[in-house]
Amino acid sequence: MIKEIASIELPVHENLSIRKTHLAPFVDGGEHKRLSLVTGIHGDELDGQYIVYEVIRRVQEHPEYLAGEVDLYPAINPLGVDMAIRAIPMFDLDMNRIFPGSEKGVMAEYFAAALTGDLYGSDLVIDIHSSNIYVQELPQIRVNEQFEERVMEYARGMNTDIVWVYSSANALEATLAYTMNTLGVPAIVAEMGVGHRINRAECNQMLTGIFHVMQTMGIWTGPVEEVRTSLVTREGEVSVIRCENSGVFVSHRSGLGAVSQGELIGEIILPMEGRVIQEVRAPHDGFVFTLREHPVVYAGDLIARIHGGMYE
Amino acid sequence: MNKEIIYTLDGLYRDPFQVEGFRFGQGNRSACIVGASRGNEIQQMYICSQIVQALKRLEEQGDIVNENEILVIPCMNPYSMNVGKRFWPSDNQDLNRSFPGKADGEVVSRISHAVLERVKGYNYGMQFTSFYMPGDFIPHVRMMETGYQSASLANLFGTPYVLIRKPKPIDTFTLNYNWQLSGTNAFSIYAGGLEEIDENAAKQAVSSVLRFLTRMGIIRYRNHSGYIASVIHDEDLMSVQANLAGLWKGCKKPGDVVEYGEVLGQILDPYEGHVKGEIVSPTQGIVFFAHNDPLIMENTEIYRIIRRMHE
Ligand SMILES: [Zn+2]
Repeated sequence: MIKEIASIELPVHENLSIRKTHLAPFVDGGEHKRLSLVTGIHGDELDGQYIVYEVIRRVQEHPEYLAGEVDLYPAINPLGVDMAIRAIPMFDLDMNRIFPGSEKGVMAEYFAAALTGDLYGSDLVIDIHSSNIYVQELPQIRVNEQFEERVMEYARGMNTDIVWVYSSANALEATLAYTMNTLGVPAIVAEMGVGHRINRAECNQMLTGIFHVMQTMGIWTGPVEEVRTSLVTREGEVSVIRCENSGVFVSHRSGLGAVSQGELIGEIILPMEGRVIQEVRAPHDGFVFTLREHPVVYAGDLIARIHGGMYE
Repeated sequence: MNKEIIYTLDGLYRDPFQVEGFRFGQGNRSACIVGASRGNEIQQMYICSQIVQALKRLEEQGDIVNENEILVIPCMNPYSMNVGKRFWPSDNQDLNRSFPGKADGEVVSRISHAVLERVKGYNYGMQFTSFYMPGDFIPHVRMMETGYQSASLANLFGTPYVLIRKPKPIDTFTLNYNWQLSGTNAFSIYAGGLEEIDENAAKQAVSSVLRFLTRMGIIRYRNHSGYIASVIHDEDLMSVQANLAGLWKGCKKPGDVVEYGEVLGQILDPYEGHVKGEIVSPTQGIVFFAHNDPLIMENTEIYRIIRRMHE
């Protein structure tokens, strides 16, 4: 069932609304849990489109396995998704910096408040992001250490390679996940892929995790696949490599994953001078979970994040 | 006047990105004035250029009081200016949402870090900035309520209004907020719009800065003593929103007096031209902010009114 959460009239004969697909068991067996999947807060992140589709498709194929509610919100920033831009058009505002919003606010804040209100009462919120066009992210779950205890069981069940527990000192207030956790609704953030693309294999990996978590919550009684053991990484265990000078980054890797100390990750070149200005090497054995995708770099741009220590 | 380069970043095919500063006088770090941080803050850069002109003359005449140094940074973001973008050209990050920044952080974070390091330690800091929604403000000085602010100082600019506002989480990444935390008395000045030069507003803004510097004993300059400011807080401002969408015909501008129940504007159907609805004032007061885009969507904030204030 498709439900409208909030709607606003645009200037020239058009309404803009955010909607959700509500899935509920055929027979209401009394008490049950509710999972909410949110995506498209950033309009350039599209993996969630396939994930939403596939959850709905699988549930519709076997409605008998559904023992709880699943709400899917595919486009919180519908204009951004439509226009392939990250922010909310017109305001150039990052929607993930304005939660919990305000019922009386302008469009973005009003939508944020409507979403916060609608998500309230969920037993878990998964906010699915893709990366942007600049870096590629291995499927990962991000958890603010402040809420770690409450959400870690779900985070580990998501079938991602990495669970990144970051320090609350670096946490941004006013994100959806932070706001929901503060309101007492467990919320985790999924990151994957690159912007403007759908990586079907990674989406399927994440879907295995979603159905596993649904089973854990008692929402799904159908068969689920085994999930992989996630590597849990914390502040201080992640090396962040940035480029030292502006140039063009050329990756020497075929993908993300394990690296050994000293291994060449890529080079920053100056095309006109035919020379390398920076060799990017792994500072230690580890696991590359973020890697530069867009080649043109300025001093300070992110090249890689590597989980340190031995990886098994 | 001494010119200095505050930050340099090599470009791949563009000239190096540079933040330039202009220093007047010498001695104590008395005042620092910062202009555009976004690529469309043309008015803000223009105002600073006029302050540079004025300070040059004063310096030549020996009217910068001994033991005072003034720094002016007209633009922190020439790369965005030159390509007509509000935010950073490659990754669209907002420089004025990246403070305090990090020396080894991402690009905008390095720029903001370098700027903050340079402007720290001045007694008074003034930034010309702009709002994220299209519209015009009554000229005013803003301070954030950080516990370190002093409204009585803000009065000395002689602008008609001083707004003290509580910082929202998003404000903690601005220059103003971090400047104040570092111990500088930091003010944001709203004077005119963005992309067009408003000569009148610019003149007033230059005067208010020179007035402030004079009153602080930093320069010798004779000018009109300005207004005794009314200090207002967030709760004194009432927001008026559109309950419909369409073409907007507002009939009030910043500074106008409005009565309770008075018609503030009309919303027209964009195709048939009939009046879909009228916006009436929910309070008696003075217009502080007016939306200036002819198209409005539902919920657009079209006015902010200082409530229960008479002219
Ligand atoms: Zn995102």
